[in-house]
Amino acid sequence: MADLLFYLFAAITLISALAMVLLPNAVNGAMCMIVSFLGTAALFVLLDAYFLAILQVLVYAGAVMVLFLFIIMLLNVDEEAPRAKPAKLSIFAALSGFTILSVLVVSLFNNPSALPEPPVIEVAENPLGPSAANGIPFTTSAKSFGYSLFTKYMLPFQVTGFLLLAAMVGVIVVSKRMTETTVKTEQSD
Amino acid sequence: MGMCAYAVLAERKICSYIQGRVGPNRTRLPLIGDVPILGDFLTGLGLFQPAADGLKFLFKEEITPGHVKLGYYYLAPIIALTPALTTMVVLPFGRYIDDAGVVHPLALANLDVGFLFILAISSLGVYGIVLAGWASNSKYPFLGAIRSSAQMISYELALGVSILPVFMWAAAPGSDYGMSLFGVVQSQETLWLIIWQPLSALIFLVAIFAETNRLPFDMAESETDLVGGFHTEYGAFKFGIFFVAEYAHIIMGSAIFVLLFVGGWHFLPGLPDPWPAGITGAILSALWFLAKVGVMVFFFIWIRWTLPRFRYDQVMTLGWKILLPLAVGNLVFNTLLIALIDVL
Repeated sequence: MADLLFYLFAAITLISALAMVLLPNAVNGAMCMIVSFLGTAALFVLLDAYFLAILQVLVYAGAVMVLFLFIIMLLNVDEEAPRAKPAKLSIFAALSGFTILSVLVVSLFNNPSALPEPPVIEVAENPLGPSAANGIPFTTSAKSFGYSLFTKYMLPFQVTGFLLLAAMVGVIVVSKRMTETTVKTEQSD
Repeated sequence: MGMCAYAVLAERKICSYIQGRVGPNRTRLPLIGDVPILGDFLTGLGLFQPAADGLKFLFKEEITPGHVKLGYYYLAPIIALTPALTTMVVLPFGRYIDDAGVVHPLALANLDVGFLFILAISSLGVYGIVLAGWASNSKYPFLGAIRSSAQMISYELALGVSILPVFMWAAAPGSDYGMSLFGVVQSQETLWLIIWQPLSALIFLVAIFAETNRLPFDMAESETDLVGGFHTEYGAFKFGIFFVAEYAHIIMGSAIFVLLFVGGWHFLPGLPDPWPAGITGAILSALWFLAKVGVMVFFFIWIRWTLPRFRYDQVMTLGWKILLPLAVGNLVFNTLLIALIDVL
């Protein structure tokens, strides 16, 4: 059952992602992107990572894509000019990329022992004690996310927050150029 | 669904009462309506009206305007209704104490991130409105859709931040409830959260009104300047689905407010629950919860028929310049308070 669901959701995710790139209409593309995000969230649920799945829906499908649709509709870009034919160079690039990918995949499936063994990542200690029940050294509950974020990964967490803040300030500076008129209207407000 | 139909009836009755009218009192079912006194009484209450309304929506002629974008035009009502009904899955609506004295929630799925689940799914509901406005391919619905997406994004922030202090208090160290709604309700056994988190409750209530598109904030419809808003081009059953979705959202919003701030199925603040253990107690607690939800639905309707609609820029100012800073301030204050208590 879980296998079947995995193939179903993986197929939905991949097909809608492909459709998003290929469809000429921007709104269709945005809708396919939403479906693709939802498919990814379903895959997270199959991994028992409910928290990640919900964040995926909440942030990407719920908030970011609403903004995308908003912009697409506001600019009314659905009547797009037909696409120009892809240049020869890009066809060549796509073909060579695909060849390298297929060589890699084939060699991987023929000789899996050649792969380096990935080291087990030591996550922060589980606040609820080691969970022998599910056989993994960490839980998927929301609490353990917060616990490791504020202990072991404190520095990356704060650096990320600082980067986001810088990006936010940058957006405000770029989008809100102070001209004569805006300064005047703001003073009169 | 059944509750939605009767919420519509309640809306019509209460609005007519507020406006000094009688409201629906003519519809009569053949058999029950013929019982001497009871039949007249039920007819006067208008209890048969929802059946007539539903049938009317079903049998009306389906008109599809020629200028719409067909696929999305049909998809939009479905997208509007589905999230509203899906969120009911994680709502705990009562509690059951088994023989060992352990308290179990009555819910279809008791997720440990239940509240986030509701936020996530209900944020998908806005696509119904946006797509309806866009697919109708005419000016009024389009304006409604643009307004509603802007409004949803603005108020979702205040909604999410206003609720954080509640969970910070409810998920105290030692409890392993996390962000589950059941844990929040259990933490209110002695004191309702609305009493000692009134600011959170107020911000949450206003934001819920905005998220459900109810009257002081119904920018997406506002029939005085947008005709019918996003569903101007919809008729018959497709409009019926939008209508049901709106009331489903109201019931969901009331239920969440009751769970988070008014103690869910707990009796009254300060008093122990009079419900006995076992099945009877479970049913009684569920009924008490439903009664509270009913009161909240009445409150929603009451507000709708007494307050005028905001102007659009007022809605945006309220969301960004008042509610969001208040919610953030409330969060910081509660964090400091908890830190202080920990130190002492």
